[in-house]
Amino acid sequence: MQIHIPTPLRAYTDKQETVSVSGSTVSEGLAALVAAHPAMQQHLYTPEGKLRSFVNLYLNDDDVRYLPAKEETAVTPTDELTIIPSIAGGSAATGCCR
Amino acid sequence: MPLTIPQPLYDELRAHGEETYPHECCGILLGKSADPDLHVHQIIRAGNTRTDSAHNRYNIAPQELIAAQRQARKSGLDIIGFYHSHPDHPAQWSPTDFAEAHWFGCAYVITAIEKGHAAITNSFLLTGTTEDDKTFISHPIEVT
Repeated sequence: MQIHIPTPLRAYTDKQETVSVSGSTVSEGLAALVAAHPAMQQHLYTPEGKLRSFVNLYLNDDDVRYLPAKEETAVTPTDELTIIPSIAGGSAATGCCR
Repeated sequence: MPLTIPQPLYDELRAHGEETYPHECCGILLGKSADPDLHVHQIIRAGNTRTDSAHNRYNIAPQELIAAQRQARKSGLDIIGFYHSHPDHPAQWSPTDFAEAHWFGCAYVITAIEKGHAAITNSFLLTGTTEDDKTFISHPIEVT
């Protein structure tokens, strides 16, 4: 599987824009990514090991959160996983309206 | 360490904020990073998915970000920043902007739209390495 790395995280993948990993599921692919680039751990996961809330994962064009098997979804070597942090904000002073 | 942007693109992102007034506009900056400078080559308008509070919040759908990233790859560019507007609010980052900023090393450009007209445009660079040490610093804009 190919994993596309967003601009701010390339500092932790030796500036690689795309990383090829092995693994038969999304979670195995991510584990392989972290094994190869350990600094990615803290940027993708909370200290409790949960995927950070602002990190989106898309398998090809599908949001992994909405796939039936989520991160246990099976992948093939030609699949593409995109890591994309969220973009949001606004002039509101607080998160009152979310 | 400026953010350089061609005049037509600068005008376009400001015009976008006028068009969506009184709602916030948002978009994506593609370009090249020549540490510590950022050079804008293209801008991509995005939709604001925060229809529940579009006057003071914005959110770009991840699908639009992925499409932008693909477009950047094809053009030999990177996502180097984002822009949005603050209708009738200063062109300064808000606590919400800060809390929701996660693209380190990228520019967050904000245009104040006063009564429908683009006023001041500022850029802020998100520095730091983690959510714990991140900071916005003023980032001069150089229109070319």
